[in-house]
Amino acid sequence: MAEISIEGLVKTYPGGTERATDDVSLDIADGEFMVLLGPSGCGKTTLLRMLAGLELPDAGKITIGGRDVTYQPPQDRNLSMVFQSYAVFPHRTVRDNIGFGLVMRKTPAKAVAEKVDWAAELLELGPYLDRYPAKLSGGQRQRVAVARAIVMDADVLLMDEPLSNLDALLRLSFRADLKKIVQDLGTTTVYVTHDQGEALSLGDRVAVMRSGRIVQLGDPLAVYDHPADRFVGGFLGSPPMNFLPATVADGQLAVAGHRRAAPAHLPDGDLLVGIRAEHIGIGTDGIEALVEVVEPTGAAVLLTTRVDTEVLKVSAPPTFRARPGDTVRLDLAPDALRYYDAETQLALEQ
Amino acid sequence: MTDVDRTPLRRHRRNRILIQVACLAITAFVAVPLYLVTVAAFATRASLDRFPLSLLPTDLSTETIGRFLASTGILASLGNSLIVGFGALVLSTIVGVPAAYALARFAFRGKDSYQLFLLFTRALPIVVLSVPLAQLFLTAGIYDTTYAVILLHAALALPTTILITASVFVSVPVDVEEAARVFGCTPAQAFRHVVAPMALPGIAAASIFTFVLSWNEVLGASILTLNRRTLPAQVLTSLNESPLAFRFAGGFALVVPALLFIAVMRRWLTNMWGTTIR
Repeated sequence: MAEISIEGLVKTYPGGTERATDDVSLDIADGEFMVLLGPSGCGKTTLLRMLAGLELPDAGKITIGGRDVTYQPPQDRNLSMVFQSYAVFPHRTVRDNIGFGLVMRKTPAKAVAEKVDWAAELLELGPYLDRYPAKLSGGQRQRVAVARAIVMDADVLLMDEPLSNLDALLRLSFRADLKKIVQDLGTTTVYVTHDQGEALSLGDRVAVMRSGRIVQLGDPLAVYDHPADRFVGGFLGSPPMNFLPATVADGQLAVAGHRRAAPAHLPDGDLLVGIRAEHIGIGTDGIEALVEVVEPTGAAVLLTTRVDTEVLKVSAPPTFRARPGDTVRLDLAPDALRYYDAETQLALEQ
Repeated sequence: MTDVDRTPLRRHRRNRILIQVACLAITAFVAVPLYLVTVAAFATRASLDRFPLSLLPTDLSTETIGRFLASTGILASLGNSLIVGFGALVLSTIVGVPAAYALARFAFRGKDSYQLFLLFTRALPIVVLSVPLAQLFLTAGIYDTTYAVILLHAALALPTTILITASVFVSVPVDVEEAARVFGCTPAQAFRHVVAPMALPGIAAASIFTFVLSWNEVLGASILTLNRRTLPAQVLTSLNESPLAFRFAGGFALVVPALLFIAVMRRWLTNMWGTTIR
């Protein structure tokens, strides 16, 4: 168990012109579950691979538990990893797969057997210990990969999109299992994903990345409630945050023709207003919108509406009924409005 | 249910029967000569001269094959052939596998031309290659040794060894190798514990290729040796003047060890740990 400190990490792949990670700095506390979230190509996997020692940075420094490991080979870093493709060894039984790292470390056979049995029980792999991975389902292989990682008692646990190859139902159930296992272990964990749902549900903190940089770092719900810029608001949450153009003049905020008192910190001029779908009420008064698509999701009814030229996603109560072509009136909850600069698209601070 | 159009089903069945027939024909193409050679090798000499020739093993005798094996140089050349075959196999594997790994894993300048160049070495006729080699080996003092033939055969086999194993290394996922690194392996250990076992089918295929090539190669072996002949070279020189029966015995002795070797290697070839490698 150890804390991780990343300072000014720069990496450009050979032949590439853009930096895969661009001067990234990040401190991860001992025992913290850190999620790196971002679209593909944002540098999150590169960052994880540099932590693992599978890529070497051009500049910067990585310390784990106070030890400089920036250019140490992977086997000397005392970490373990769960790969996106599972990367279980097809020529070894489940038992030998799980015990692989311990055997490489020359752990006594008895201790290896105990550890393997412990992990197999935790991940419900007991009946499969003597099978080869080819005889297992995808979910079981994933469990083998996790078991192999947790027996190591490593300083740091790295996970590279471990759930992305599972089907939707399995992904949800295994997500909860994974969270419990990692909580009980208390190991410092770095988890890479492009799935905002995973990021929100698993992380102690989330680092949202874009173009090789961390654009926002914080508690998942804080990031969800107060996106630092339009990109984060649009990436986090399902459906993503809605954005509408607005203007401030004479202390009045005008959104889609409706006026209300503007918060004091907003400057006069054009800006963007962001609001989550669940904070838009449907009533008799408010912004007039045309319903284009109605999607019942069970827990809610998701409406795609059009206000002038802008598209607005609205989450209505499950009992709400509407048809495409209907007109509804939308009420934006004042507390839930977020304000962004029209030019820079950055949040306007209070 | 009388109005079902059964024509496609009939066509499907007919095609399957045709495939079976084709399989049988190809098998017969290989098996019939083998059978005839075997029968002739174990027949009495008198029965071979009889007309019409019996196609069934009626007059069995080990006299011909016994005298063939007892004749001068045959057992020794059989030993030479085995030494050269396995020597070429080991040498081409030791040299070829690292080259194949490099081709599969690393991007380097001239990679494509290197691959092409590998194949070019096979474009040279063995005769053209052997005469200067004989000269070279005479100077080096290894002319007429099994080493000389091992070197030639390993060189001939290297292109196929490299290209076959490279294609298998490509199919071993990089992730698996990286997992081995993260879980405590040095690069060499990762290769030994993870990559090499997964590439074993390809290495087996390449070794079959090498062994069979070496076992059958006669020109180079004849030029590079005088007294330490490999079996094909020996058979070629001595059987030209032998009676028909001994030629069959020679053919049998040539075919059987190669078949045995392939039969043994076959189990490593495609199916391992209950799965074919992707």
